Amino acid sequence: MKRKTRRLYMVLVGLCALGAVATIVLAALEDDIVFFFSPTEIMEKQDIRTDQRIRIGGLVEADSVKKAADGVTNLFTVTDLAHSIKVEYKGILPDLFREGQGVVTEGYFKGKTLIADEVLAKHDENYMPPEVADALKKSGKWKEGEPLTEALKNGHVPDADKAKDY
Amino acid sequence: MAFNLNAFANPKRFMWLSGLLLPWVAGITAICTIAGLYFALFNSPTDYQQGETVRIMYVHVPAATMSIAIYVSMAIASAMGLIWKHPLSDLAAKCMSPIGAVFTLIALFTGSLWGKPMWGTWWVWDARLTSELLLLFLFMGHMALLNAFDDPSRGTKSAGILCIVGVINVPIIKFSVDWWNTLHQPASLMKEGGPSIHPDMLIPLALMWFCFLGYFTLLLFIRMRSEIIASKVRALRLRQVHG
Repeated sequence: MKRKTRRLYMVLVGLCALGAVATIVLAALEDDIVFFFSPTEIMEKQDIRTDQRIRIGGLVEADSVKKAADGVTNLFTVTDLAHSIKVEYKGILPDLFREGQGVVTEGYFKGKTLIADEVLAKHDENYMPPEVADALKKSGKWKEGEPLTEALKNGHVPDADKAKDY
Repeated sequence: MAFNLNAFANPKRFMWLSGLLLPWVAGITAICTIAGLYFALFNSPTDYQQGETVRIMYVHVPAATMSIAIYVSMAIASAMGLIWKHPLSDLAAKCMSPIGAVFTLIALFTGSLWGKPMWGTWWVWDARLTSELLLLFLFMGHMALLNAFDDPSRGTKSAGILCIVGVINVPIIKFSVDWWNTLHQPASLMKEGGPSIHPDMLIPLALMWFCFLGYFTLLLFIRMRSEIIASKVRALRLRQVHG
């Protein structure tokens, strides 16, 4: 075998071995790499201590956002549409925080309620002008949180230029 | 295949070809930059969720894609340098890493500026952000290792091996948002079924992407040409001293 060919095989075999190692390590560490747990995953975990910081993620349930009697504590429910968890948060909510919006919230459990000290908003992978979003929603081709790809592919893209000057 | 590769591995031929292409690349880059910035900043719609903040995307997304693209090109160049000992591919890898590091830094920095108003935080340790930070460290490690030896050829070899090993990080960055849940949203552009960005935003984004690609090519050509010229000057001086 020529030296060049040997070096080529060495690189290829090395990369395959590395890939295999990386896959195994990442699979083993999955619980530490995920950024948050869904309410369902929290329900499945039996041993959550009260001194354990936990991050949960999901959608803000419709009609669940309230202010507590003290006027600064926000009460809402995070749901993954199978299970939901009550959250208490004292502080300013991010601009994108709305009912139906994806959020990630972090804090300690007190009973069945998460006392959060941080609320982060998630946004989805869809980008479009507001007029297009309104038109798509009105026509029923697309709902917030759904992938936009199908609606775009089927040609239901109203022209943003006609709707308004930016 | 070997014929083509060898043809481009010749520094003289590279000088000729890159000198020929340089003004064209510069012109196309300038046009794409002006058009892209005009559309991105003045003549593109706001986003239904993010409002005006979405304009950060026109810098953040091209910078992030370029950081990965440059890393992959650097790994290919390093592998070709290690396997076939082409001096020009070693040179290309050497010239690419500072440019790639800056693109990575731009992606991280603009992402941070974007994260604060949208997510509510400058930084989180989620899989996408952490793996992109690792990419910056890989670029910096490559630069450090290149210059860590008295004998430059040993530096080239170790930096090349580091670069090839680090390529494992590339699929992790790309698929981090699919494999694990993250604060960063999933892919909008390169995903099954096509992009989920309205055409009015996709066109300025594509223009900005060509602007970044052109700028990278321009910088790479200039850096490689000046390195080749510098080594010629060095050889001439040596000949003068010893001759």
